[in-house]
Amino acid sequence: MEAQAEKTTTAAPVNAETVNTVTGSDMTETQNVTGTQDQPAAHETKSHSIDISSMNRGDGAALSLEQETTCLEVRNMDLYYGQKQALFDVNMTIPKQRVTAFIGPSGCGKSTLLRSLNRMNDLVDGCRITGEINMEGRNIYDKNVDVAELRRRVGMVFQKPNPFPKSIYENVAYGLRIQGINKKRVLDETVEWALKSAALWDEVKDRLHESALGMSGGQQQRLVIARTIAVKPEVLLLDEPASALDPISTLKIEELIYELKDKFTIAIVTHNMQQAARVSDYTAFMYMGNLIEFGNTDMLFTNPKEKKTEDYITGRYG
Amino acid sequence: MEITTETHSHHISQQFNNELEDLKTHLLAMGGLVEKQVQDAIYALTEGDSAVAEEVRANDRNINEMQIRIDEECTRILARRQPAASDLRLVMAVTRATSDLERIGDEASKIARHAIQLAEEGEPPRGYIETRHIGNHVRNMVKDALTSFARFDTDLALSVAQEDKAVDLEYRSAMRALVTFMMEDPRSISRVLNVIWVLRSLERIGDHADNIAEYVIYLVKGMDVRHSSPETIEQRLSAE
Repeated sequence: MEAQAEKTTTAAPVNAETVNTVTGSDMTETQNVTGTQDQPAAHETKSHSIDISSMNRGDGAALSLEQETTCLEVRNMDLYYGQKQALFDVNMTIPKQRVTAFIGPSGCGKSTLLRSLNRMNDLVDGCRITGEINMEGRNIYDKNVDVAELRRRVGMVFQKPNPFPKSIYENVAYGLRIQGINKKRVLDETVEWALKSAALWDEVKDRLHESALGMSGGQQQRLVIARTIAVKPEVLLLDEPASALDPISTLKIEELIYELKDKFTIAIVTHNMQQAARVSDYTAFMYMGNLIEFGNTDMLFTNPKEKKTEDYITGRYG
Repeated sequence: MEITTETHSHHISQQFNNELEDLKTHLLAMGGLVEKQVQDAIYALTEGDSAVAEEVRANDRNINEMQIRIDEECTRILARRQPAASDLRLVMAVTRATSDLERIGDEASKIARHAIQLAEEGEPPRGYIETRHIGNHVRNMVKDALTSFARFDTDLALSVAQEDKAVDLEYRSAMRALVTFMMEDPRSISRVLNVIWVLRSLERIGDHADNIAEYVIYLVKGMDVRHSSPETIEQRLSAE
């Protein structure tokens, strides 16, 4: 009880006297606990000292899509690879500065949807898209959109780490150099910031000029994330960023995602459902090219609305 | 999403199906034992049979043992399977239900203790009609709560919650009657006090049965209806 009361004082703005009153259990009226006399109303207004509302962690609890700022909005999107339709009338909003996870069985279209968010599918022959994806009120599939500029604003990290055969430093500075930034001081600062944000700085600060290919898989993946965030994108798309990594590196990447969501909007595709449950605020479940269910992760993993979602996340056959 | 009794047996992993099935079976076995304890305790009291009462006291250990075993099973499933959605709700509901069942067992054991004391004092004190009546009532509640768990029957679970209110009313009126007896004949006070403790235990058993019924609604519908009145529960169920 004592410890609990102490904890409350730090957690919630309850003044010390009230806590004392409560620590004295239900005998307040007969006991002369310090401070109660100054506060005759204390025992009738505060029935107990734990502020229930503070039990909801700031994040995760009671998130709802209606209250979010929209970052990307997908509207009536169909996508075809040649004759084959891969996405069917997808409608969803990706909320700003939140982590949105896409889950679903292989071939359900989750990677396709993720890639279409920064027009990666433009590179695929025979890929055709109808509908629109709006970013700040502007359709990113408009003819006059500069795709290079779009991809600077919407960065992407792939399943296999793909560092360039250059030094660690040059890998991170690459995007900046392309933009024409060559001032050493700016580059140094940004590289340090990006590596620190990607939780890699301490491991590589003494060997910035060694080849990036000498790093471990987990380090390479974090380097790629550092390279992506160095150009300060608004959205970060992660396509199975941890599927080739060991559990510890995976946890580091997940921790990184949590750290990064203050600054970026993150969309992640993962085959690992527990990972989606751990890192995301919102989860979208896709099946055969359709968006089946999209909602708050807590809700989706405890009480999904759709039978297909339930069957998938609990490992059932239909 | 609402689930049925079949829901937990369609996993790709057959072993996981078996584990969840076992969990349900074990909980119901524990429930059956607890139900019998309540029945025997009431019988021992009303018939003044202290041998049966001793048996009830001894059996309580088995119930405690079962609670520990079932909770272990739940922990193991959580650690090894990371259940989600209805599977997760099943495991949560089972751990909660075991603690309520164990408490019901404790109350039955307390009733048995008072039954022994009363039997030793000889002449049957007053208040047995009320005790028998409330006793049958709560025994049925426990039975219905367990049946609703076995069948995932939320209507039956709701009726248990409604019954609990009736039991509370009966409890209050029985209390009034017993207080009157004590005022009429102060020599009966110590005996009547024992009966009061028994009534108190029965009323608590009703509350625990009500809790179990609420877990059934949580399990089946995914709604947390604890601490709400039967009317609210009914509304929320029909709003689905």
